[in-house]
Amino acid sequence: MNNKKHRRVHEPFATVVKRDGMIWYKAWGVRLLAIALALCVCSVVLVVLTGMLGNVYNPIEIFAAMFKGNFGTSRKVWNTLHDMALLLCISLAVTPAFKMKFWNIGAEGQTLIGGLCAAACMRYMGASVPPALMIPVMTVVCILSGVIWGIIPAFFKAKYNTNETLFTLMMNYVAMQLVRVMIAIWVPSGSGILQAMKVGRLPVLFGIRPLFNIIVVAVLTVGMFVYLKYSKHGYEISVVGESENTARYIGINVKKVILRTMALSGGLCGLAGMLIVAGTDYTVASGSAGGMGFTAIMVSWLAKFNPIVMVLTSLLIVFFEGGASEIATAFRLNQSIADIVTGIILFFIIGSEFFVNYKINFRSHKNHKEV
Amino acid sequence: MNSTPAIELKNITKTFGSVVANKNVCLEVRKGEILSILGENGSGKTTLMNMISGIYFPDEGQIFVDGKEVVIRSPRDAFDHKIGMIHQHFKLVDVFSAAENIILGLDDEKKFDIKEVEKKVAEITERYGFSLDPAKKIYEMAVSEKQTVEIIRVLYREADILILDEPTAVLTPQEAKKLFAVLRRMRDDGKAIIIITHKLHEVLSLSDRVTVLRKGEYIGTVNTSEADEKSLTEMMVGKKVELNIERDEPKNISPRLVVENVNCVNREGVNLLNDVSFTAYSGEILGIAGIAGSGQRELLESIAGLQKLYGGKIIYNNPKTGKSEDLRDKTPQQIRELGVRLSFVPEDRLGMGLVGNMDIVDNMMLRSYRKGKGIFLHRTGPKNLAEEIIKQLEVVTPGASTPVRRLSGGNVQKVLVGREIASSPKVLMAAYPVRGLDINSAYTIYNLLNEQKRKGTAVIFVGEDLDVLLELCDRIVVLCAGSISGIVDARTTTKEEIGILMTKSKGAEINE
Repeated sequence: MNNKKHRRVHEPFATVVKRDGMIWYKAWGVRLLAIALALCVCSVVLVVLTGMLGNVYNPIEIFAAMFKGNFGTSRKVWNTLHDMALLLCISLAVTPAFKMKFWNIGAEGQTLIGGLCAAACMRYMGASVPPALMIPVMTVVCILSGVIWGIIPAFFKAKYNTNETLFTLMMNYVAMQLVRVMIAIWVPSGSGILQAMKVGRLPVLFGIRPLFNIIVVAVLTVGMFVYLKYSKHGYEISVVGESENTARYIGINVKKVILRTMALSGGLCGLAGMLIVAGTDYTVASGSAGGMGFTAIMVSWLAKFNPIVMVLTSLLIVFFEGGASEIATAFRLNQSIADIVTGIILFFIIGSEFFVNYKINFRSHKNHKEV
Repeated sequence: MNSTPAIELKNITKTFGSVVANKNVCLEVRKGEILSILGENGSGKTTLMNMISGIYFPDEGQIFVDGKEVVIRSPRDAFDHKIGMIHQHFKLVDVFSAAENIILGLDDEKKFDIKEVEKKVAEITERYGFSLDPAKKIYEMAVSEKQTVEIIRVLYREADILILDEPTAVLTPQEAKKLFAVLRRMRDDGKAIIIITHKLHEVLSLSDRVTVLRKGEYIGTVNTSEADEKSLTEMMVGKKVELNIERDEPKNISPRLVVENVNCVNREGVNLLNDVSFTAYSGEILGIAGIAGSGQRELLESIAGLQKLYGGKIIYNNPKTGKSEDLRDKTPQQIRELGVRLSFVPEDRLGMGLVGNMDIVDNMMLRSYRKGKGIFLHRTGPKNLAEEIIKQLEVVTPGASTPVRRLSGGNVQKVLVGREIASSPKVLMAAYPVRGLDINSAYTIYNLLNEQKRKGTAVIFVGEDLDVLLELCDRIVVLCAGSISGIVDARTTTKEEIGILMTKSKGAEINE
């Protein structure tokens, strides 16, 4: 350490360093803190905005209304759970693809095509075929349609290395237009709205309409968790996602894994489409998937692709979306305000992941004194 | 004209963590001269040049341009001081034309006029004797044309100091000759040129002076006219260091793996392996020496079934069945199904041999996860193996469920080598298995390789430290630019002999 010429002038003010992994309770602390901070910022925004509109509401009241909007009555609880189940189902579907680093943003279209097939089955078989036969057939058809929608971009990716993001995105529009075409055929009046169908519906258990879907999704959640964590397929997905070079090195057929995983991803989306159309809506429209194909990516990503954690993240997102529209009606606020609230909260939640994964080192003042 | 050097470095030091890449390096280049920087792999040549061109910032030391001290914090700063670097791996936008690539990132506050650019490019090409079509797209170009674009890009910015990082590595001898003519013309034009290389005949025929680095340290600068191959090799490899690695005489040797006339070509059509033939015997350690990128990786990947070959055979003699199998054009999975017990410790440990984000147990499973019935994984075996390896090889880790990327380099390597040895291989290939390891871990690895040799495994060891190769191996294959330039007996050869073989490219042989 002789005649060391320290030239610290060039050291930046702050540097970002990747953490080695945070202890789980600290990580959850950061996340909870982020939600608390988000609520504080929301309060300020709400007070300012509602003040500008003439009435200042107590933010606590607004948050209470959000809660009531989701869990106020038993019907609302079931609705929330059901929304969550559908979102979760699509999230489960995109998870294997994303875990493999295959950016499948076509869940919307894969779901929609499944929904369209469900509507077709209801329309053409609902009245003539007994439910015991019709429902299994419909399930197979819907899953198959999703598989096709998922496997087409996967095939081109595996064979010609096309960009799967653009490809899956464009498949969404194909599905949407296909739905419009079919509705135009089915509804001669030209209104573009397919009336709710009375036949071929999924069974209603214990008089609670959402229950059937919720049970199906609960089974899928556990199944997906086991598949990803304990099956050989799941292991191959992780290896391909983490490092394609390693996969080649140990002799995994990467193309086969891509095709198989996207078939699974698309198939589950197709099933979700059936749950939406034959389980609740009893009709189909180009917006039947309601953007859940995209929201699902966030759910899956926030949960770090863990299906059990995804139960929480999907609930979180459904809660804020439902709560936001509740306050919009209860306080006669504009729907945009609800969207602002949701946006702020998501911003904080996603932002908190940065602090879980990275640490910021500020330039220490000690060095300055030494110089 | 004046004696101020175009660029001068004084006592430059750069460390990455605990690794010293450059230590007190001094260097000066005058206007109108070509300086070669010579050194083995990892001697810190590229790091040094990256500091001049603004990619790294030195920890200590000073840089002078035209006699004035300068601070170079970014490539843009470097350009402001008229320093331009031509990287070994081209940094060009494939879908742009040559002219578009040349002006990319240039901010001269003038309106973009492609005609103007093309005119200026034409001027430069004429002045120095290049040939280039400025409208041609990069993806349509051969490697030498891409290099021309890189050089013109630097000249377009009126650089006076040019740095070329191994410019001939991707060129044919004829193309290299052309390039040298261009470089000489630039020198006569008053430019200062630094060329990084390890081909001795190029150094001798092209440059005016040579600066030699070894293991990050400055060894000296000599006038080329006063140097020859032997004196430069001695400066480059240094004196032999005794390491005291144990080495038994090979026992019961028989040909295990016969490689015959293997050829391999990369995407750009450059030959990576030319007619490589050798035999690896059971019970011996076969070393592979060579400058980085001479085809070592491609050779091992060819044997492991990861490279497409153009011609040649790779014969494996199965000691159990007595049958011979050709491994060429087989996938790793097919090779394993043939009953070939081949283990491979690749150079890229976390990017290929292991999965950094997975824990030790799951990494053990990479080789064996297909075993067992049913669709579910069987983690008990890998878990026991992980614990055994942790205990036997003294892997420092909080537990078997720690992601391997959090382990230190030496421990990562123990996990990888441990797994590859666990399948009791008949052929074990290890690429740079001790790179970046501390002394103790390195000796653990040497002992493991020796143990495999005693068990009758054919061990193939790719190394960069000649001292290690000389003491550990029984025979050494020397690769140079994709060809075998010699196979020597490690017990009788010298460091200098290998050093000369490593730098003897085909072009040089023709001249002799």
